[in-house]
Amino acid sequence: MSAFAVLFRREMRLAMRQSTDSFMVIAFFVVAVVLFPFGVGPEPNMLARIGPGVIWVAALLAAMLSMDRMFMGDYEDGSLELLVLSPVPLELVVLVKVLTHWLTTGLPLIVTAPLLFVMMNVPEDIWPVLLMTLLLGTPVLSLLGSVGAALTLGARRGGVLLSLLVLPLLIPVLIFAVGAGDAVLYGAGAKANLMLLGGMLLGALALTPWVTAHALREAVA
Amino acid sequence: MAVFSGRDIDCIRGERQVLSAAAFSLESGGALTLRGANGAGKSTMLRLMAGLMRPVAGTITWDGVDIADDPHEHNARLAYVGHADAVKPALSVLENVTFWGELAGAGGMAAADALAALGIGHLSDLPARYLSAGQRRRVNLTRALTSGADLWLLDEPTTALDAATTDALTSLIDGHLKSGGMAVISTHAELGLAETGTLTLGGAA
Repeated sequence: MSAFAVLFRREMRLAMRQSTDSFMVIAFFVVAVVLFPFGVGPEPNMLARIGPGVIWVAALLAAMLSMDRMFMGDYEDGSLELLVLSPVPLELVVLVKVLTHWLTTGLPLIVTAPLLFVMMNVPEDIWPVLLMTLLLGTPVLSLLGSVGAALTLGARRGGVLLSLLVLPLLIPVLIFAVGAGDAVLYGAGAKANLMLLGGMLLGALALTPWVTAHALREAVA
Repeated sequence: MAVFSGRDIDCIRGERQVLSAAAFSLESGGALTLRGANGAGKSTMLRLMAGLMRPVAGTITWDGVDIADDPHEHNARLAYVGHADAVKPALSVLENVTFWGELAGAGGMAAADALAALGIGHLSDLPARYLSAGQRRRVNLTRALTSGADLWLLDEPTTALDAATTDALTSLIDGHLKSGGMAVISTHAELGLAETGTLTLGGAA
């Protein structure tokens, strides 16, 4: 069996047997969005205006919640040293970890999002484009988050530090994702925004595994 | 015949010089026992040999090639058993062992055989969270068997092991050496291996 399949099966097994982690992320996502109508009032036009932005910010924060665990378990029990020492390229290990993180965090967020679109009175015209931005944007969260997660291994309060490091880097994703919804509403079309998001995804996919692998090697040295 | 050797190795950990001008040499079929007081640098030496850390000065070579020049090649021929047992509590014992065996590639012992060789074959379907410290240690040690690696780096392998398992481990190491492997073992216990060199660390300022 290929190294990819071996790694992927192990990560998915671990994730499935600790599925409460993934459930917590979704619960946080829903609760965070539900708080807004209470905070800003239930006026439908207001909710429709802020809905896409609120949902995207909540998705960012929810994804951050689970980010610090990406390498933490392996770091603490010594598996990470052995993964570094295995004949398999560490970059492949990182890619599998990121893929599993996305499958257990990003994908459930996307599946939950339509429920929150209804709750926030988001116009139906922009549902498809918002789902597309989530589909292109959440893998970027997992990829950039992996760099932060590797850099903060062994740090005290690593989770908070991780958010401080990674969230500013995700601002462009947020701008173009929320902007895509507005662009459709104003009749400009979201093609440019989606292409920019796709570009960010490809860039992150090409660069971050190397950076993360290097940070992991430093962490176990 | 492969030669694994190092010379003039200096290593500094947290502003303290742990190793100074350490040297060793090992040929196929040979074993090296690392001795020294706690904190003398035995684990550090093993981590240097594994390539997890780089020495501040000095070189570690395999057949004359610096291991830092080709880490992938070096990883493929070594099995490192460290202090941390790296056993996932959510996976069964067999799943734990099989994963590392498959990751190392073919060439080693089958996972079930490795478990039996260390006397925990009957536990293979048990979730690893129920294992005792000694049993976790044995699961950790199976990695050396399933890897099929030439070079075993064992950091205090007898910790938490009972006398019978220590004997079993000794004969497994002996078998590995007889088939042309190498082993570096840090230990305080007397393993009773047939022919080993000894490197006593410590005394570095």
